[in-house]
Amino acid sequence: MIEHSDIILKAENISKQYRLGLVGTGTISHDLNRWWHRIRGKQDPYLKVGESNDRSTKGQSEYVWALQDINFEVKRGEVLGIIGKNGAGKSTLLKILSKVTGPTTGEIKTRGRIASLLEVGTGFHGEMTGRENIYLNGAILGMTKKEIASKIDEIIDFSGCERYIDTPVKRYSSGMTVRLAFAVAAFLEPEILVIDEVLAVGDAEFQKKAIGKMQDISRGDGRTVLFVSHNMAAVKSLCTRGVVLEHGKVVFEGNQIESVNFYLSNSKKIERRESILKPSHRQRKTSGLVELIKISSKEPIVCVRSNLNFEILIKRHKKIKGLLNLSGTICNQNEEAIGSFFTKPFEIIDDKMIINLSINNHNLTFGEYFINISLSKGSLADSNLEDLDHAYEAIGFEVLSETKDKNSIIKWNKIWGDVFFESNIEIVQ
Amino acid sequence: MKVNKPEIVQDWLYTISPKRKLIDLNFKEIWRYRDLLFLFVKRDIITQYKQTILGPLWYFIQPLFTSVIFTLIFNNLASIPTGSGIPSFLFNLAGITSWNYFSACLTGTSDTFKANQNIFGKVYFPRVITPLSVVFSNLLKFGIQLLVFISFYIYFVFFTNQAANAIPQSALVLLPFLIIFMGLFGLGFGMILSSMTTKYRDLTFLISFGVQLLMYGSAVMYPLSYFKEKVPEYSWLVEYNPMTTIIELFRYMTLGVGAFSLNNFLYAGIISVVIFLVGLIIFNKTEKSFIDTV
Repeated sequence: MIEHSDIILKAENISKQYRLGLVGTGTISHDLNRWWHRIRGKQDPYLKVGESNDRSTKGQSEYVWALQDINFEVKRGEVLGIIGKNGAGKSTLLKILSKVTGPTTGEIKTRGRIASLLEVGTGFHGEMTGRENIYLNGAILGMTKKEIASKIDEIIDFSGCERYIDTPVKRYSSGMTVRLAFAVAAFLEPEILVIDEVLAVGDAEFQKKAIGKMQDISRGDGRTVLFVSHNMAAVKSLCTRGVVLEHGKVVFEGNQIESVNFYLSNSKKIERRESILKPSHRQRKTSGLVELIKISSKEPIVCVRSNLNFEILIKRHKKIKGLLNLSGTICNQNEEAIGSFFTKPFEIIDDKMIINLSINNHNLTFGEYFINISLSKGSLADSNLEDLDHAYEAIGFEVLSETKDKNSIIKWNKIWGDVFFESNIEIVQ
Repeated sequence: MKVNKPEIVQDWLYTISPKRKLIDLNFKEIWRYRDLLFLFVKRDIITQYKQTILGPLWYFIQPLFTSVIFTLIFNNLASIPTGSGIPSFLFNLAGITSWNYFSACLTGTSDTFKANQNIFGKVYFPRVITPLSVVFSNLLKFGIQLLVFISFYIYFVFFTNQAANAIPQSALVLLPFLIIFMGLFGLGFGMILSSMTTKYRDLTFLISFGVQLLMYGSAVMYPLSYFKEKVPEYSWLVEYNPMTTIIELFRYMTLGVGAFSLNNFLYAGIISVVIFLVGLIIFNKTEKSFIDTV
């Protein structure tokens, strides 16, 4: 079989098994048993047992597969985002890629050197100055002293810690440590760079800088980046492809936006048809005067530019003077607010009320959305609203890419956003 | 015109797989990381005495005080003879100086995996760099302690008349080999221990007092000949201990105490190399999976 030389990294049937629980006297009996099998030339007896890795359910076996039969290929210059919930196996995969631990079965073949940037700052020694640590950390990451010396000015400049560079690192703030560590790694020149959750720390300015640098690395220099993050916005803007892991298996592979959407729609379970509100829908303490009981949707899957209709059941616990407002915010899967609505004030007349809410002729493009609903008292005009009850992620709905008459308006690319603005041009001259 | 361009298929640079070779030591890779070795040594030296007032003076103080105590207890109180014309203090200082290097190498490398699990869990570099750096950074301490020893030697020879028989022997030219043996022995032993303690910590309890016990069995504060004379039935325990051989040789080379035999020298050398190789094999086997068991 001819391997295409464009493929720089290839993972074949990677699996990793872990033993749960503590290392104790029970472990040594397993070790002896395993050793006894091995000297007789038999297979490891514990490789057969083991369950897929679901963190939340109680399993029977002491052994779990943190990764199971992972296969993927990475092309040169690609930025692959690896996303998944906590415990999905992302970090284990990166650990195997960066040779920190070996796989239980399977192989990874690579055509380039892999350098990893896992949780920056490890390898920093607090007693040493920033400059000394740049050398040390660079060497740990595989650079030679000469290479570092030729880049030290750039590194210091990029980190923005020039003033403190001859001060021991233990006096640095955590953000400064991260800046320095990222700066060292950013000037590494491996063919493949592995990055795990670094952008979580550091201020906005530095995050921007870091993302820009990573884009330079991949686009400008044609180097390959494997990027693990929970920051979906970063994955979307940085990666060119995505892999979604779930319980140690690859469940989705595709472009970065599809992957993020797949991950988000799978990780969140928002009711679409009927949602009976629970305490988990509330973020703050509520007044107790009125309560949102149930929200149901007449049409959970709608077309572009159609109407959204909901039925809301409200219960009154105490008499309220004045008018109430019903408002809501529509958010996309990334939990970014797209827009809000405010209905006209109404009076509550009964202990139980059913309200029909409709949002007319929306301009949302295809995708999944959800609504946060709030019931409040006060004047809308001076936005002096007192929250009486609210429901976060109250109900979800999906917008299809076509109109009612089955005509797609335009082939929408999600990079353009979530809202389609109608526009007109008038040729004046 | 159509040109059939042959596709250039570049070979895989390397493969990550669960297979393990017996000796998987990639010297090219270690050579590539030589700067890291140097920087680790530098880090060890710089950071050890940061925020201390006496700083590197501690290198002097520790062997001096130990020698004074040993002289008081073993020579003045227990009257162990160190040979006529050899000051007991100098005798003890020689033993302690060489023992210190070995024990520093052993204890420094014996917790390699445990002490570095944080960094080993994050990035890959040839793990053997870490214990190697311990051996090298201790070499500097050993050098300083050797200077102390030489200064006292000069003092005793030129400013007192107690050191009439303390004469360096021509075998002194072999001293560098002796130092290498000590380093290899300590390193190999330490690597074995560090590999064995990743999963089962039982041995860590043994190391701290085991090293102390070993010192008493290594002829640090008494000559082997005196031990043989007093406790002949157990003297083989001390005699076959390669550290005894090394320390006896060290004292012979520098002070002219005891006797030199090529057999002893080779014995120490062979044992050190064997222990080092065994340590290397075990260490390499462990480094691939230790992060899951540590």
